[in-house]
Amino acid sequence: MTVAISCQQVSKTYETRNGPVNALSPCDLEISPGEFVVLLGPSGCGKTTLLRMIGRLHDHTSGSLDLTPVEAGETTTGFVFQQANLMPWMTVEENVALPLRLKKQPKATRMETARDLCSRVGLENFTKSWPRELSGGMQQRVSIARALADDPQLLLMDEPFGALDALTRTRMNSELERLWMASGATVVLVTHSITEAIMLADRIVVMSARPGRIVSETRVPFPRPRGTQIENTPEFQAIAADLRSQLEH
Amino acid sequence: MNRIRHFAPGIVSVVGFFAVWEIYCRMSGINPLILPPPSQIGAIFFDVALDPRTLRHASITLTETLAGFGLATVIGMTVGWAVAASPLIERAVHPFIVASQVIPKVALVPLFVVWFGFGMTSKIVVAAVIAFFPVLVNTVLGLRSVQPGHADVFHSLKATLWQRIWLLQIPSALPAILAGMEMAIVLATIGAVVGEFLGGSSGLGYMAVATMNAFQTDRLFVIIILLTLIGFVLYAMMAGLKRALVSWSDNQKAGS
Ligand SMILES: Nc1ncnc2c1ncn2[C@@H]1O[C@H](COP(=O)(O)OP(=O)(O)OP(=O)(O)O)[C@@H](O)[C@H]1O
Ligand SMILES: [Mg+2]
Repeated sequence: MTVAISCQQVSKTYETRNGPVNALSPCDLEISPGEFVVLLGPSGCGKTTLLRMIGRLHDHTSGSLDLTPVEAGETTTGFVFQQANLMPWMTVEENVALPLRLKKQPKATRMETARDLCSRVGLENFTKSWPRELSGGMQQRVSIARALADDPQLLLMDEPFGALDALTRTRMNSELERLWMASGATVVLVTHSITEAIMLADRIVVMSARPGRIVSETRVPFPRPRGTQIENTPEFQAIAADLRSQLEH
Repeated sequence: MNRIRHFAPGIVSVVGFFAVWEIYCRMSGINPLILPPPSQIGAIFFDVALDPRTLRHASITLTETLAGFGLATVIGMTVGWAVAASPLIERAVHPFIVASQVIPKVALVPLFVVWFGFGMTSKIVVAAVIAFFPVLVNTVLGLRSVQPGHADVFHSLKATLWQRIWLLQIPSALPAILAGMEMAIVLATIGAVVGEFLGGSSGLGYMAVATMNAFQTDRLFVIIILLTLIGFVLYAMMAGLKRALVSWSDNQKAGS
């Protein structure tokens, strides 16, 4: 069961001590089941806000936001937060297994799944470590593994690779593409990296700040799986230049 | 070698303390009924400490302490959880919390004796009342320290209330709760002994008063040492429990 997302005139205003903050002006966004959408935009333009509303972590102020069929409870959502948010009292593998534990999966099977996922994100030698013993990028990879544990049909990722070096990032990108192709999940991923956006997205949604809003959408035509060699093609360069000029405005 | 250097100053100062005490008693000729020298206390220590009657009194004090501590822990954690969970309950309970903090709790002991008699019950209640407060406060503090990001994870995974309590709230609050329990075990010992001072005919607190009335100051010192030992063992057990349960926490290695 994949998931379709429909946002119509969805906006968000935070009430703060210094008065209301308009984080996101009304915006429309339709995402089809199994689509890979990337949100691209400068800091503070409301990417996290939009993603958290889609994940039902907070309410939208106006408009309508529908997820089908996540609401029926048949599907699961994996959320990668901007911070790793690992439980410091659980080992790496216990953190990864948490979604399965909450679903009361037996310990032996969920730990096996967790160890498998740890090796997929390159942490097979750290399954028994405490989160505090890992670097920031390693912690972020644990949180990605955790989001994947329950085989989510909707995957919401907030700058999942922000803390990684370029090489690891490229590797994780193609691993994510592979997993996504195998699962058919709907993915919404936030990034600041134009290259990452083009490598991963079916469609790139560009946002801008003050007030936060959606300014354009770009389809990415490259066939999959995409390799780093596409970076040198004129099409890639053209899309990248176009995105860059939109972000500068 | 390092260990010796680490403990040497402590050992030297303790030995020096007893030496000065001994010398003072001999030089000043002070009446041993007022201050017996350490050698005199040492000479009777095992006779008094291993006397079956002393052991019976000690076990009564220990039972009262542990029962009071257990009550304080269970009630303190439950009320603490309710206070942290509901602002309404917090506002309702707040006057009582403030009152129970500022009232000199030993002043309530006579009242508890009237209500619960001269047996163990009144001492257990005193121990529990004195030990309750730090458990309550630290439970509230601990539960408030749940990180919003961790709560987001449980929310996004659609965890049930029980799962959030067991897998998120309790582990988050555990370091603070255990610190509160560490204080509580010490306070429970004090509560039990003070209760025995004022009412009843058993326990080390009663023995202390009885030996004082009989001017057996050297025996009084033995009882003080026994109470110190009990307090130390209980505290060490709590510290061990804390190390075992929150070994994941960073500041653990600092030995705090
Ligand atoms: N909890 C909150 N309370 C008040 N204002 C908030 C809150 N969260 C975000 N904002 C405001 O909403 C706006 C959008 O924030 P958001 O976190 O969505 O940005 P972002 O696009 O994710 O930025 P970044 O790329 O830096 O993560 C910002 O101006 C921010 O100040
Ligand atoms: Mg953000």
